[in-house]
Amino acid sequence: MEKLPKWADVALVPLISLILAAVVSALVLLAIGESPAQALKVMVEGALVSPYGWGYTLYYATSFMFTGLSVTIAYHAGLFNIGAEGQAQLGGLGVALVCLALPWPHWTLALPAAMIGAALFGAAWAAIPAYLQAKRGSHIVITTIMFNYIAAALMIYVLVELLRPQGQMDPASARFPAGAALPTLHEIPGLSLIFTKQVPANISLFVALAACVVIWAILWRTRLGYEIRSFGKSEAAARYAGISGVKVTMVAMLISGALAGLMSINNVMGESGRLLQNASEGAGFIGIAVALMGRNHPLGVFLAALLFGFLYQGGAELGLWTSIPIELRTVVQGLVILFTGALDQMVRMMLGVVFRARRLKAA
Amino acid sequence: MMDYATLLQILDTTLRLATPLLLACLAGLYSERAGVFDIGLEGKMLMAAMSAAAVAAITGSVWVGLAAGILGALLFALVHGLASITFRGNQLIAGVALNFVASGITVLIAQDLFGQGGRTAPLSGGARFNAITLPFAEALAGVPVIGPLYAEVISGHTLLVYVALALVPVTWWLLYRTRFGLRLRAVGENPASVDTAGVSVVRLRFTAVLITGALCGLAGAYMSTGLQAGFGREMTAGRGYIALAALIFAKWRPWQALGATMLFGFFQALALRQDVITKTIGIAIPVPALDALPYILTVIVLAGLVGKAIPPRAGGEPYVKER
Repeated sequence: MEKLPKWADVALVPLISLILAAVVSALVLLAIGESPAQALKVMVEGALVSPYGWGYTLYYATSFMFTGLSVTIAYHAGLFNIGAEGQAQLGGLGVALVCLALPWPHWTLALPAAMIGAALFGAAWAAIPAYLQAKRGSHIVITTIMFNYIAAALMIYVLVELLRPQGQMDPASARFPAGAALPTLHEIPGLSLIFTKQVPANISLFVALAACVVIWAILWRTRLGYEIRSFGKSEAAARYAGISGVKVTMVAMLISGALAGLMSINNVMGESGRLLQNASEGAGFIGIAVALMGRNHPLGVFLAALLFGFLYQGGAELGLWTSIPIELRTVVQGLVILFTGALDQMVRMMLGVVFRARRLKAA
Repeated sequence: MMDYATLLQILDTTLRLATPLLLACLAGLYSERAGVFDIGLEGKMLMAAMSAAAVAAITGSVWVGLAAGILGALLFALVHGLASITFRGNQLIAGVALNFVASGITVLIAQDLFGQGGRTAPLSGGARFNAITLPFAEALAGVPVIGPLYAEVISGHTLLVYVALALVPVTWWLLYRTRFGLRLRAVGENPASVDTAGVSVVRLRFTAVLITGALCGLAGAYMSTGLQAGFGREMTAGRGYIALAALIFAKWRPWQALGATMLFGFFQALALRQDVITKTIGIAIPVPALDALPYILTVIVLAGLVGKAIPPRAGGEPYVKER
């Protein structure tokens, strides 16, 4: 097979995968008698034209950055963390417990505390699968899937039996104190000039951006990152170089779980202001698509999170204004994962043929 | 104590609820024994459930519906095979991806065809599988203990329940008593040896993946035309993953798969009858705890606390002819 130039491998392969996913999605729309062009127009208008639409797009993107980074750091250690969803649910519990514990006077105090709660709970939920992988060789993909379901059951129990206030019907916690509310982009001086209406995107966006930089620094500028990446590339070589597989697996998964948990400051603390059932709404799974699309690099994760933010807000608009069901976004999400994560060799082979033809012509 | 009549009711429900798990579990067994991991059982079942219900509703025939269900699942199996065998992609990621595609596209198609919020039209009469009364069920019902067991638990299910049960010995025989089975197991343990013997690894694995598709088709079709009367969004509700858990619990063996799926089906049946549990043991076990039990048990098995679950050795690895 033809070896691709680096730029093609980094940029062209994901781009073509994305185009393929878009083409198949368009065919699906045509098959159910809808117009892809019209759908795209509604999505762009609803998600990207007005600051109000951006307020939603950025809100979703914030969650996806956290979960995308979560999948990314595990991936570099050679671990496929499908459990970001469950870890995010538990992170939500951490946020709720912290926010409900004290009558917080101001968000600047509540946010760091809630972040610690979210990260701890998320990491704790990743710890058991990580330990079983590291010590007993239990396949982390299967254990994290199981832990997603256990988390779902646990959260139903906790919300219905423990956190639900007396006399309330829906399974949700009490409202957080006003001092624990995070400022939205509409309430931040300067940004309020752009976001003139109330939007769900909030200060967590900047935490997510900071997390992108921190994870980049950990992976490529620290000894730990070097250990994680070498272990992911070749377990045998890493062991030979004196890197502890148990340590790398544990640390990478704990960071991964903490990141997934951290997304809850966005949806639980920033948006709903109380803990709802299934609060993360599949964002943990979208993290898989975001990480694959972003080629497991924080910059790529940032861009892919924006793309999926657009897809989610745009998809919601479709459900609202057209006869296209909101589930279209799940289809697109699946197709992006399929083309970027499983059929990437096919794309490379296709590109290889093109590059080979060009090289032969030039010679 | 639980009285006999209640026990029979619960066992009857167990058999009904365990059937889709058993079919999906056996489905996964073929693929994984051949060295192709498949976490996309859920998606294939969902696709089959929708296709079967939609076509049965339109044609009025459950048999045409069943064929459509199998076809729908086969289509997804084919994509899984292409991605993980032909293009040597990541099998786990392919499975995850297909689950999402199925979750969305089933609603899109059902909504387009029926316009009922992603459901298919309700099925009745010949568009569903109806209960079969086994011979002598009524005559034997009067026999103490065994009679009611035969009449109420074993008799009176739809055809696919008996098909699922029959597939257990069939799978055992295929796997351990035929040349195909030997090769199938070999290709999951050491594909190079099969290749050296002059047997095509690609063809064997594709055969296994397509069998998986067909059985998932049965599982899905049973969900929407036997267990229930129509398709609803996400109606498989994680059963593909419970089947996967059962497969690990059974350590990739057919008879044990029967045991594991019956056990998990029993938990599901118990979760529906919380009043019985409370009455029997005097403690109210929360329903979520029962829901989580199959997953917790699987983690315990995976942790190696009760025996060791060792997957087929070449599972998850794409085969490259010459390294």
